[in-house]
Parts: sequence; structure tokens; C-alpha cells
Amino acid sequence: MRDLFSRSLQTTIIFLIVGGILALAFGGFFSPVSSRFTGGLVSAQYWFAVRYQAIQQFLSAPRDIISLRTRNAELEAQISQLQTQVIDLQQRVSQTEILAALVDFSRANPESSYKAASVIGRDPSPFLHYIIINRGSNDGILRGMPVVTNQGLVGRIDAVIADAARVQLITDPAAAVNVHLKNANTDAVLLGSVTGDISLDMISQDAAAQSGDLILTSGLGGGYPPDLIVGQVINVHKLDYQLFQQATVQSAVDFSRLDIVLVITNFRAVDITPLIPTPAP
Amino acid sequence: MRNIVAIPLLALAVILQSTLVSQFSLLAGYADLILVILAAWALQKGVTTGIQWAFLASILISAISHMPWMVTLVGYMGVVLLAALLQNRVWQAPLLAMFSITFLGTLFMHLLSFLYLSFIGDPLPLGTSLGLITLPSLLLNLLLAIPLYGLMRDLAGWVFPVRAEA
Repeated sequence: MRDLFSRSLQTTIIFLIVGGILALAFGGFFSPVSSRFTGGLVSAQYWFAVRYQAIQQFLSAPRDIISLRTRNAELEAQISQLQTQVIDLQQRVSQTEILAALVDFSRANPESSYKAASVIGRDPSPFLHYIIINRGSNDGILRGMPVVTNQGLVGRIDAVIADAARVQLITDPAAAVNVHLKNANTDAVLLGSVTGDISLDMISQDAAAQSGDLILTSGLGGGYPPDLIVGQVINVHKLDYQLFQQATVQSAVDFSRLDIVLVITNFRAVDITPLIPTPAP
Repeated sequence: MRNIVAIPLLALAVILQSTLVSQFSLLAGYADLILVILAAWALQKGVTTGIQWAFLASILISAISHMPWMVTLVGYMGVVLLAALLQNRVWQAPLLAMFSITFLGTLFMHLLSFLYLSFIGDPLPLGTSLGLITLPSLLLNLLLAIPLYGLMRDLAGWVFPVRAEA
């Protein structure tokens, strides 16, 4: 009976002590001790966690690098594919812009009928300025037909086969175009050169040609229809002892970037060679 | 029979010349792919078909160029004959021979073009033609000479396997 009483007393005392300790702990009386204890625990856990993460990263890094490289390769492939698409779309936009400009040009000049053609090559000789287009006699193209862009005169058809034609540019050294200076109201001859530059000759000494004058085809000689834009005068060279003035010309057309051209199909060049008088023997 | 490779090869070269090579101009000159190919081919050991290649090339070029085929033919024949001449003399230094033929062949070809165009009355100032067309073209042809010589050597080894090894 006495043992039972003493055991109950011990249990009661232990519960009271534990309860007291808990009550003190919940009451905040142990906070300096508990914070030091939990601080130590947290620090230890942090130390272990950091080391563990470092070791885990070290051990799993090769697999990550391989997967990253694979992913990188996939993304690079996607980028190159998208870049190809962008280039393709840019080309389409560029072609559409050119075609839209050509359509505007043909609408603004309804008196002529046009056939659009792509430039597919150039003359292999650097001494000559000719281009090859992908329209030929099957499309109604004939020798002598003028070739233009929305910017101005390009040249004329020099030779034709079934599905292609060769165009002599106005920059060719053998090209000569009868032109009219709009502001100066005078005629002249436009000449090409071996370097691709164009110039004016045979400008009358009386004419008041000036820098900036607009140059149009005159239609004289029957080689080209009148009033096609050719370019602008840059400089006029007037020497008193010469019969005519000369001028350097800025072409309206960028001949280095010819992609699509228009052939004027309702114009027939007139061959005036038989009318040119030959000197009597 | 393998000589038939000349037809697609030269046709491809003419197309490339017209569409691609002529776009990469230096001043007003550009490379002559056909000339360099003919020079490189004619320099290879065992090659005896240089003349036929030159003839074929001039016909193909005349299909797209305003230059008369006779001018091209004479020019390319001159290149091939020069190559045959040099092949025996400087056979130990093929690259030197290649550069020499490219140099002399380009000058010869441009001289012919210049003389023809001057003859028919095109205004061609000699200094301008030389400085803005011939010299830049010469430089571009010399740049093409090394890779094309290697390509044609491999091709010659394929067309004439026994002779090339000898």
C-alpha cells in the first residue's frame, strides 16, 4: 500500500515537473535557452543541407550538362529554322513590295501593256552589261521591246529564245538612248560605259541644262517609247570650244539590284537603219 | 566515257557564272569561273581533252553572252594551249603553273574582248578597262585558282584513274 502510494506520488511529481517545464516553456521563460538550442540545430541543418546540395549538384552535373546540351542543340535548330523562315518571309515581302510597285507603275501608265519577268542571270563578260530574263518568245516577247521597272528605263530586248531573253541595259557601252531633258527642254543622247556609268552627250550649247534636271526618253529614233524616266543630271560639263555639252547622270534604276522587270509588249521598235543616208562612193 | 562529265560540269559552271559569280564584282570586274576551270583541267596530268572542253565551254557561254562565240572560243583555246605548253615545263610546280596560266589567260581573254568591242565601235577607254575591269578580274581569278585546281585534280583522278596515279 505504501509502495503504491510512493509510485503514484513519483508519477504525480514527474507530471508536475514536466507540466511545469512545459508551462514555463509555453510562457516563454525558456526562450533564451530554446533559441540557442534551436539556433544550433538550424545552423547544423543548414550546414548539412548546403553540403548535401553541393555534392548532389556535383554528382548530377554531367547528366544536366548532357541534357542542357541536347536542349541547346534543339533550341539552336529551332532558331535556325525560324531564321530560315524569317529570311524566306522577308524575301516574299521584298518580292511583294517590288510587285506592288510594278503593279502601281502599270496602273499609272495604262497606255502600255506589260509582261513581268524575273532576272535570272547576267552576261558572263564584265565588258558587257546585259541581263537574262525568264520570259521569251513563248510569252510574246520580241526583240527591241523596252524593259522598265517602276523606277525607270532598264534597257531593251536584245535576243530572244523560247523561254528566255537577253536584255541590253542602258549602261552597256554600246547602248545609246535618245532622251529629253524636261526642265531644259532639249534633246540629248544617253550613253552607257564599260564601268556601268551613264552620261549625256550631244546637249546643245544653247541649252540651259542644270544639275537635277529630269531625263526622259524622247522617243526619237523609234527605239524607245517617249516619256520613260531615265534619271537625273548630276553635273554638266560645258566647254566653249566643244560643239556640245556633256553631263554625268544618276540613273533612276539601281542596276545592281534588278530582280523583277517589266517588258513593254505593245511597243515595236522601229529600225531606221535603212533611212540613215550612207556616204556616196 | 567519263569525259562526259564535262557537259554537266561546264553547264553548271556557266549557270554559276551567270547567276552567282557575276554578282560578286570587284570594282567593275568579276571572276571568270569557266576560264579558271579550263586552266585547272588542262594542267592535270593525263588530260588530253582540254580543247574539247574549251570548245564546249565557248558554245555554252555563247548561249547567254552577247560576246560572239568565236572570241570566247579563241580565248579559251588560248588558255588551254598555254596550259598544255606550261604543263610540260613547270610540271614540278603545278600551283605556279596554275597561277601563271590564270594570269596570262585572263589578260589574253580580256585583250580579245577589248579588241573585239573596240573593233565594233564600243567606246572602251584602255586605262579604265584595265584598272576597273581587268585587274580586279585578275585578282578574283587568282583567288579562285587554288580551290579550283584542287577540285579539278580530284576530278582528273576520277576520270583518268590509272594515268593520274602513274
